[in-house]
Amino acid sequence: MHRPRIIPVLLLKGRGLVKSVRFKNHRYIGDPLNAARLFNEFQADELIFLDIEASHNNRLISLEFVNAVAEEVTMPFSVGGGIQTIENIRSVIGCGVEKVIIGSYAAQDPSFIRKASDEFGSSTISVCIDVKKDLFRRDRVRIFNGRKAAGFEPVEFAQLMESNGAGELIIQSVDRDGMMNGYDIGLIKAVTSSVGIPVVALGGAGSENDLIKAFEQGHANGVAAGSLFVYHGEQRGVLINYPSGKLF
Amino acid sequence: MSMPSKVVIVDYGTGNLSSVKRSIARIGSECHVSSEIADIVASDKLILAGVGHFESAMAGLRKSGLMDALEQAVLVDKKPILGICLGMELMAKTSEEGNVKGLGWLDANVVRFRIADKLRYKVPHIGWNRVKVKKNSRLMKKIPDSAEFYFLHSYYLNLADHSDLLNETNFETAFPAAVEKNNIFGVQYHPEKSHQVGLQLLKNFVEM
Repeated sequence: MHRPRIIPVLLLKGRGLVKSVRFKNHRYIGDPLNAARLFNEFQADELIFLDIEASHNNRLISLEFVNAVAEEVTMPFSVGGGIQTIENIRSVIGCGVEKVIIGSYAAQDPSFIRKASDEFGSSTISVCIDVKKDLFRRDRVRIFNGRKAAGFEPVEFAQLMESNGAGELIIQSVDRDGMMNGYDIGLIKAVTSSVGIPVVALGGAGSENDLIKAFEQGHANGVAAGSLFVYHGEQRGVLINYPSGKLF
Repeated sequence: MSMPSKVVIVDYGTGNLSSVKRSIARIGSECHVSSEIADIVASDKLILAGVGHFESAMAGLRKSGLMDALEQAVLVDKKPILGICLGMELMAKTSEEGNVKGLGWLDANVVRFRIADKLRYKVPHIGWNRVKVKKNSRLMKKIPDSAEFYFLHSYYLNLADHSDLLNETNFETAFPAAVEKNNIFGVQYHPEKSHQVGLQLLKNFVEM
């Protein structure tokens, strides 16, 4: 009876909506608010907004933007980008957001997740874990939009985040980002079988079949994607889309 | 022409009341968020929402000085009240989250999910569930049976009196998705985040 959420992920760079390939080659897609409006019309399950330069530039995602999204949609959405303090979280959820997403800072200061979940409850705190293979093909956690190694192995870090009170994990494969050749099912499964909190798969989805696989084989509780929901066809023309009917 | 009813969202120091307020504006009604006793006295209907921890929410409610006014409004004046998620849980007698007493308006205790199949069912329960309508209700007008609503929670109500059960759903185990006891309504899901059915539910409450 419980089905996974299908979640479009929208990347913000400045005021624009962009899409990357392996965290590079950011292509301008359009207006993020317009995309939010369209996904709301499709009655999408949930949306994720990530300001990909906020942490690196040491600033917070625009609250003006978060408020504008909240005015626009009747659905759950979560946002991430530069969240480093309890006050940051308070101001973001004050805009009408269910969950905040903490990425780089969770790896820089894992104890912050404990403080945040004590203050706002676990179900408000989502941690995004970017994973990239190192020179020895080992999965390792990356921060600052893939720029820097965090010094953690993903399963170990996922368990640390759970024990610190995170309510959800987004596992993103840097190597598969924008490739549309399928999720890293092995990575997803390694995490879902090691924690008791929900896990969202991200990075690599190229078809509805990939979403189904992440659920059936990877046991993901949420199946998220960027390219799949903003591109159409082999030439990757921009077309906001969402699975019609029920996949699950 | 009847006067529009005065809907007050109770502000007791827990965040995230703005989405409920926005959703009510979206259905063309008005409401205001208030922490004033006078507004609760003057209200026709109340909404108790909020996110976070049961124990700190109860502490916030006690500290707000609104307890007497709320009990008068709900238990004596019988004004309709809608509890949303944590707001509904607060209406129970006790909670496992902090082991503290709640408002005690519902004959129920708040318990945490105890999951056997830990690979399939992760806590918090986050997602869209179909809910079964278990009795006729003004709150369910124009809402089809098995409509999907959005849930985000780790605890649920263990009801002692099953005649209070309004909606039921399943997360490994069956649990109440909504309750109704006279003028007291509670939903475990988030109508303010549940697209059109959620807006319909809020409309039903506001126009009750």
